[in-house]
Order: sequence, then structure tokens, then C-alpha cells
Amino acid sequence: MPRRKATVAVFAALALAGCTTDKPPAAQSSAPAASTDQTGQGSGTGTQSKFFVQADFDAQLAMRSQTPQGPDGKPWEQAITPQMTDTKTFKKDGPYHLCFSNAAVNNPWRQVGWKTMQAEVGLHKEITEFTALDAEGKDDKQISDIAELQAKGCDALIVSPNTTATLTPAVKGACGKVPVIVFDRGVETDCPVTFIKPIGGYLYGADAADFLVEKVPDGGKVLALRISPGVDVLETRWSAAKTVFDKSRLQVVGVEFTDGDAAKTKSIVNDYIQRYGKIDGVWMDSGGTAVAAVEAFEDAGLPVPPVTGEDQQDFLQKWKDAKLTAIAPTYPTYQWRTPIIAALKILKGEEVPKVWNLPQPKITEETLPTYLQPNMPPLHYALCGCEDLPGFPENWGGKKS
Amino acid sequence: MNGIPVAARLREPTQVVFLALLGLIALGWVLVALDGGQFLTMESVVGIQQRSAALGIVAVGQTLAILAGSLDLSVAYLISLTSLVAAEIMAGQDGNIVPAVAAVLALSALVGLVNGLVITRLRVHAFIATLGVALIIRGILDHLYDGPAGKVPESFQVLGYSRIGPVPVSALLWAGVAVVAWFLLSRTRLGYRIYAVGGNEEVARLSGIRTGRIVVLTHVLCSVCAGVAGLLLASRLGAGAPTVGTDGGYDLESIAAVVLGGTALAGGKGGVAGTVGGVLLLAVLDTIFNQLEVNSFVKDVVRGVVIVIAVAVYARRTKGRSA
Amino acid sequence: MKRALPILAVLVVLLAAIAFVNPFFLEPAGFLAFAKRAAPLVILAAGQYFVIVSGEFDLSVGSLVTAEVVIAARLIDGEEPATWPVIALLIVIGLLVGLVNGVVTTKLRVPSFIVTLGMLLVLSGAVFLWSGGAPRGALSEGFRAFGRGGLGPVPWSVLILLAVGAAAIWLMRADFGKTLMVAGDNERAAALSGVRVHRVKIFAFMLSGLAAAVTAILLGGFAGVSAQVGQGLEFSAITAVVLGGVVLGGGRGSVLAAMAGAFTLEALFTLLNLYGISGALEFTVQGVIIIVAVAAGAVRLPWKFTPRKGDAHAAS
Repeated sequence: MPRRKATVAVFAALALAGCTTDKPPAAQSSAPAASTDQTGQGSGTGTQSKFFVQADFDAQLAMRSQTPQGPDGKPWEQAITPQMTDTKTFKKDGPYHLCFSNAAVNNPWRQVGWKTMQAEVGLHKEITEFTALDAEGKDDKQISDIAELQAKGCDALIVSPNTTATLTPAVKGACGKVPVIVFDRGVETDCPVTFIKPIGGYLYGADAADFLVEKVPDGGKVLALRISPGVDVLETRWSAAKTVFDKSRLQVVGVEFTDGDAAKTKSIVNDYIQRYGKIDGVWMDSGGTAVAAVEAFEDAGLPVPPVTGEDQQDFLQKWKDAKLTAIAPTYPTYQWRTPIIAALKILKGEEVPKVWNLPQPKITEETLPTYLQPNMPPLHYALCGCEDLPGFPENWGGKKS
Repeated sequence: MNGIPVAARLREPTQVVFLALLGLIALGWVLVALDGGQFLTMESVVGIQQRSAALGIVAVGQTLAILAGSLDLSVAYLISLTSLVAAEIMAGQDGNIVPAVAAVLALSALVGLVNGLVITRLRVHAFIATLGVALIIRGILDHLYDGPAGKVPESFQVLGYSRIGPVPVSALLWAGVAVVAWFLLSRTRLGYRIYAVGGNEEVARLSGIRTGRIVVLTHVLCSVCAGVAGLLLASRLGAGAPTVGTDGGYDLESIAAVVLGGTALAGGKGGVAGTVGGVLLLAVLDTIFNQLEVNSFVKDVVRGVVIVIAVAVYARRTKGRSA
Repeated sequence: MKRALPILAVLVVLLAAIAFVNPFFLEPAGFLAFAKRAAPLVILAAGQYFVIVSGEFDLSVGSLVTAEVVIAARLIDGEEPATWPVIALLIVIGLLVGLVNGVVTTKLRVPSFIVTLGMLLVLSGAVFLWSGGAPRGALSEGFRAFGRGGLGPVPWSVLILLAVGAAAIWLMRADFGKTLMVAGDNERAAALSGVRVHRVKIFAFMLSGLAAAVTAILLGGFAGVSAQVGQGLEFSAITAVVLGGVVLGGGRGSVLAAMAGAFTLEALFTLLNLYGISGALEFTVQGVIIIVAVAAGAVRLPWKFTPRKGDAHAAS
């Protein structure tokens, strides 16, 4: 008797679980124009993300070949095809109080950027006060933070949004009161004086995919490793790569999520090596676990195929030591310097680009020696643009050689 | 802290919480003044309320589940899911608000029902049952959503942004949920039964209470609270977001707030008032951190220590009384 | 041993299913690779088992693993001679964290769920405060060998796993195991019959801390320095233990079954991956399976068990 009851209950639970599964798609279909798949099934790459915008993709790839304007050797002050905007209305005399609402400092990329920004602030004597609030990765907290900062008498407000769509109302609210500068992720309003970003995720993903298309022989098996679904900036990287792979003769044998976990990455790569005997290329949407992927081949006693990483120290070091065939697209951390520079320009009434597209270099075999700094911590990002700042390298966790 | 001897003379943990809250506000006032700032400005008072509303609503629901001797680890993912369902159904249209709210409440009640039935009928420990349901929701979220989706109409954003004097609408909503829960717990037979089941399930069963139903009901209420928090967050964000619940850490943080408020994790002891105090305590702590621009790693250390010390104080008091 | 039979049966079925898709799995090298991958979680689950069977929880193991790896990287800083002293230090830290968890839980009577949740926050905050927000330094080759290398064809991690498993089984057969079981089953009765409940519980927490230290050495060795190596491991370890039929609340279940539970969980991940369940829905499948497995274990023989206890982890 209890056994039968149990069986019934198990089925009931499964049926209920099934019900919850049905709910959201129904909700989705009732939302007009929510999802429009641009392409169908590709070459093992799955369906295209609904965030993919062909026009943005084309625009970013076009910027790749344009020469940025601005001082040489200071990419954080350069801009690609800038449309300047007037800032005379914001002109005021110093000293200045700058405020910054930071999405989080919960990963090494943001750590490096945050340290770089603080050092940049230190360069300018006219900034007498710099108030920064850390939203700890919580949208809701960042919304309150932005509201709280408006009451602190800031002369300019810098925002690094935690997510794109969701911070829009808060930023709109702040725009009326102080000049707002947004960087890294954007918001869905053009009220900020300037929006600073490297070229973008499409270029990142395409740079990496193009490299594999070039280096891997036709018909080669490519494994794509992504951190996690649902992160808009990472979606653009993958959707660009997918577009490139779909047009190529490469075979994408798997698209896997690693959760940014090195051990999981290594296991996944190992599984694929076992299953297919040979993997001819690895595409990654970020560099955090690139070394783990490389090691999986080494531990299996196989030559490491062409692989894509990022400008993280451990990967660059591995690249050099193991003589890999690799490329490292970047999402440069030097963009954390630009908002401070932009804020001062705005407060001095100098014009700034409405959308400030920073150059987004990729590290290739030729440029590797110029980017690889000795004695930096393993998760340092080489494109910090921080080498000339006071306190380098100690403040970034490095050692003087 | 220095309130321990005073605390020993007090009867209810609730009083300890609010005393600690007052102490913390005083401490914060001094620290911020020394730092050259002003602590209780209009903005920070509004900020404290805005910051605590969503966590507060979840924590009220969590209180019900914990009082009945259970707990719910699925709230964080449920919040993400409901924020998305709400924003997608609304799709920026005023006319869709009612169906969206109804859908969210129905969906969250259903999830609560599943939680409750798995725990009572399948006899799965609440920890595992709700962890399993959390994984199920996570998979669905990951499968369906690539990022923020849907759009909340301006009229619904009133919930997240408007305020009456220094009191935001969201805080009123939280207060409403808390008062309903308080009434339920202290003025109805159901409340009495929840305490009975959490205090000693066997005794409750023997005295004729259908314990299973009570546990299921508290889970439904807990999930509905999470759904309401999802609605509130959707109105704050203007859209639904698949990571808003987990980024907010609403699962473990709501449990922390509940025990900080003096509710025993084993169930049967405590109440909503304490939870409100616990949530406010965490929010004031956050505001002090914000004013002093404390490094987020220090915040984690302080939070961890505060939670453990608070519960140790309550434990000491109960021990003193029973001895 | 009998208690471990159901989970071992499930494990065998899963392994057979894996072998069906991937015949390489049946070769020694294939199976050893699987064992090597599972070793960290199995060891962590063995540690968690002691705590759970004593009626408590340890939520701090995940952040303890991360903290240990970050500490190791900064202190070793690529220097080979520092390897062994740092390993010794890691083990001491693991034991110490367990000691604090245990003492606060038993002497200050704070529910272990809260103590270890607090410890989770404190550890993850303190270690990154110390290392400046992100890991720095590097692990030595000698340190990495435990996770990467092996003795001939047998990976070190599998040998360490065998040693840990044997020690855990031996501990549970010794007097300690019996008193731990009694203490978890009914704390008051155990105390009345002269068992030093506090002492065995503290020891259980220390074993869990020790297991986390060993896991950190294996994981850091396997995959290198990372800021999130231990993320979510506490839930995986608890799930594994429960999957092995160990009852939350204490007093029931075998350590062999707990370790088999961890193997099963790992086999499940491998299988889902092999059958190409889309990365996203994997979690849904996992959630359903965990609930169903635990439910099946709990409902099958209800009359043999004493009535379900409430959440005994906080009862006193």
C-alpha cells in the first residue's frame, strides 16, 4: 500500500514539475515580438540568440578596420568614429566630487579594472572627492545606490550597470540631476552624456571564431565553451561566433557551459576528447578557464589544437611556455580609466563622443611579447593600461622584477 | 555586543533585535559622523526601506516555512522566474498588469505546492526537496532566457519607485505582507497550528492537527511571498531578469534574516516582527557600509560574524531560561 | 554494507549506461579517468557524511576549498620547496575551521546551518581581503601533481581517494563511529548514556574541514588557481550524501553509501553530458532525479524507520 501511494506521488510530482515547465513559453508567446529567430539550426551551433542584432554585428566588425582617433599609445583616450557631443551646459569650476556606482568587484576582471580606476583618480588633483558604492552584483541594490549617490552632491555620476535593461529606469532618473557617464554595459536610453565601451562582444566572438576558421582545416571538429547562459554580454560573443561558424566548413561538435569552473572545463574537454578521439579547435567566450582547457589536452598526451583565450596572465604565460597556436581577443580593462577622463572633460566643458568606442585589440602570436608582463598574478588582465600608473605593479598584485 | 546583559533580562528575541537595531543605528550615526558624513538623511532612510523591501517580503514568507519546521531554498530562482513571467506578460501594456499578477501568484503558489507535497508526501527533507525544485527552476530559466526580458509598463513601476513622503510604496507593500503574516500567526487557528507543527510534529499530529497540510500551506504562502518579491523587483528593474534572484542571494539571505530575527531554525519559536527587525538590521548594516564605502569582502566577514553572534545570544538566553 | 546496496545498484546502472555510449569507459584508463574526476567530490562527501550523520550541516566546505586554493597559491608562489610546508598548513587550516564550526555549534548552541553559513561568509570575505580581491601567486608543479599526475597509470587522486575511503570506513567501524551514530540519532539519550556528544560532533566537523583541505589540494592540482573553485561544492556534497541514503537529521546511513552517492552524482553529470542533454536543462533533470531518488529511498521502507523527525539539526 505505501509503495503504491509513493508511485502515485512520484508521478504527481513529475506531472506538477511538468506543469511549471509549460508556463513560461505560454507567457513568452503572448509577448509580441519577443523572440524572432534570425537563423534556424546551424552547423551544430543551435538556434541563434534572440539578442542577436545583425546591424550591431556588422557595425562592430566594420570598426575593426577603422583607425581610432586620439593620442598614440593611450588607447583608453582613443575613440573610433566619434560623434562628438557638446557639454558646455555641464561646465563648472573645480575642485570636483565624482561618484561611481559599481556593479560589483566580484571577479578578477572587475578587480583589475577597479584598481585601475582608483589609480586614475589619483592622477587628477582637481578630483578632491571620489565616492564609490559597490552593488555586489545586485540590480536592486544598484538602483538604490544610484538614488543614494544623487543626494551626495556629486558633480558627475559614473555608472557601470550590473545588467542592461534593468538599470535603465534608475539611470534615467539620475540624468536630470547630474551628468551621467555609463561604461562597460550600456543602458536602454541615450540620456547619459557619454557611453564608453570597447567595440563589443560581437567583435570579441568573431575575432576568436575567425582565427579558428583560418587555423583549423575544413571539416575540423570545434568545441565551444561558454561560461553560462543568460548573460547578455556573453550572448553577443557566442552569437557572433555562431554566425561565423555557420558560414564556415568547421563542424561545431559541442557547445557547453562551464560555469567558469576550471575543473568542470577540464572534465568537459576530456569527455569530448574521449568521445571524438580528436578535437581540432576550442572556442571560448572568455579566458578564465582557457588554461584548464589547454591542460586537458596536455594531460591526455595530445597536441594542443588552436585555442582562443583572453588577455589573462596565466593564459598568456601558458601560450608562451607551451608555444600554443592561439589568439586572445580582449575586452580591455583600460576602459576603467576612460570614465574618469570623460568626467573631467565634461566638467571642463570639452566635447566628448556620444558613444565612445574604445579600440579593442586582439593579442596575436606577434604581439604576445609586448603584452606579457612578468610577475603579475595569474588572473591579471594584460590590457589594463595600468603600467604607467602610480603603484604599479604592487597594487595590482604583481611584483617588481 | 554590549547589549548582552540587557538582552538577558528581556523576554522575547524580538526585543533584542530591535534593541540591536537601535544600537546599530546609534553606532552607525557615530561612525558616519566621525567619517564626516550624515547618517540618517532622507535619502538613506528611503534607501534602507527600498533595500529591504524585496528581501523583507521573501523573509516573511521564509519565516512561515521555518516556523513550521521546514525551510525553502528555492525562493531565489522562483523570484527570477516570476520577475520574468510578470514582465513578459505585461509586455509594456497597462491592461496586462492584472493577468500578469494573477499568473505570477498562481505560478508561485504552484511551486509552493510542489515543494510542500514533495516534503510531506514523498517525505523528502525540506533542504533536499527545495534544493531540487530550485535546480528544476534553474534549468527552465537557463533553457528559456538569454538575459533580461519583457517590459513593465510605467504605471506598474509606481510600485518600485514612488513614495509617500519618506515611505516608499514598496515598503508599504512589505509592511502589508508582514501585517497579514503577523495576523495569521498570532490571531488565527492556523497560526497556532503552524507553531504547533514546528514545535513538535508528533505531538501536533497526535493532538489532531493535519500536520502535512500545514506544512504544504506554509510552503504555498512562502512561495507566494517570493512571487510578490519577484513582482516588486520586476517593477524596480522595468523588466524581468533571470539572475535577479540568485544575484540578490535571496535564498540564504532570507534564512539568515529570519534567524537573525530570533526565529528558531528548528521551528516553533519566533515570529514575523523579529524577521522585520532582522531584515532592517541587515539593511542598516548595508547602509553603514555604503556610507563608509567599506570593501565588499569586509562586509561578508562582518555579516557572517553578526549572524553567528546574534544566534549565539538567543541560544544563551533560551538555555538560561530552561535551566 | 547493506545500506549501501540500493545506491550501489543505481551506480552500477548509471556506469553501465555510460559504458554503453562510451566503450572507452570500460578500459582501465577510462574508468581511472572517471575515478580521478570524482575523487574530490567523493572525499568532500565523506567529510560531510560525518557531520550529517551527527545531526548537523556543514555549508562552509565550498568556500573553505576556495580559500585553501587561494592561500596555497599565494604562499607557494611558484616555489617548489614551499610545497610540503604549505600542504601541512592547509591541513591545519582545514582542521581549525572545523574546530571553530564544531565548538560554536556545540558550546554556543548555534544551529550548525547558521554557524557554517556564517563561516562561509567569513571565509570567502577574509581570504579575498587578504589576497586583494583576486588570487595571486602560483601553485608549484609538485602541488599540482596530486591532481594531475599519478603513480604509473594510477592517478594520485585515486590513491588518495582509496586511502581516505579506507580511513573513513575504519573510523565508522571504530568506537568513534558508533558514538557518532548514537549522538546523531538521539543527542539527549546519548548524553545520558555517557557519550561525550560535544566532543564527537566537534571531531566530525574537523573531519569535514580536513576533507575540504584534501579536496582543495586535489582540485587546485587538477585545474589550477581559480577564484571560484569551491563554488557550490557544499550543495553538491550534501546532495551526494543524501543521495547515498544518509538521512539529514542524523543517526542513519553508511559512509560507503555516502561516497557511492558522490560517485553516482558524478556519473549522472557524465551521463547527462554524454547523452547531450542541453547544458541548460541539465539542472532540471538533476533536480528531478535528486528528488525522486531521495523520495524513493525515504518512502520504500517507512515502517522500518522511526517516525520522521523534524529538522533535528537545531533541536536540542
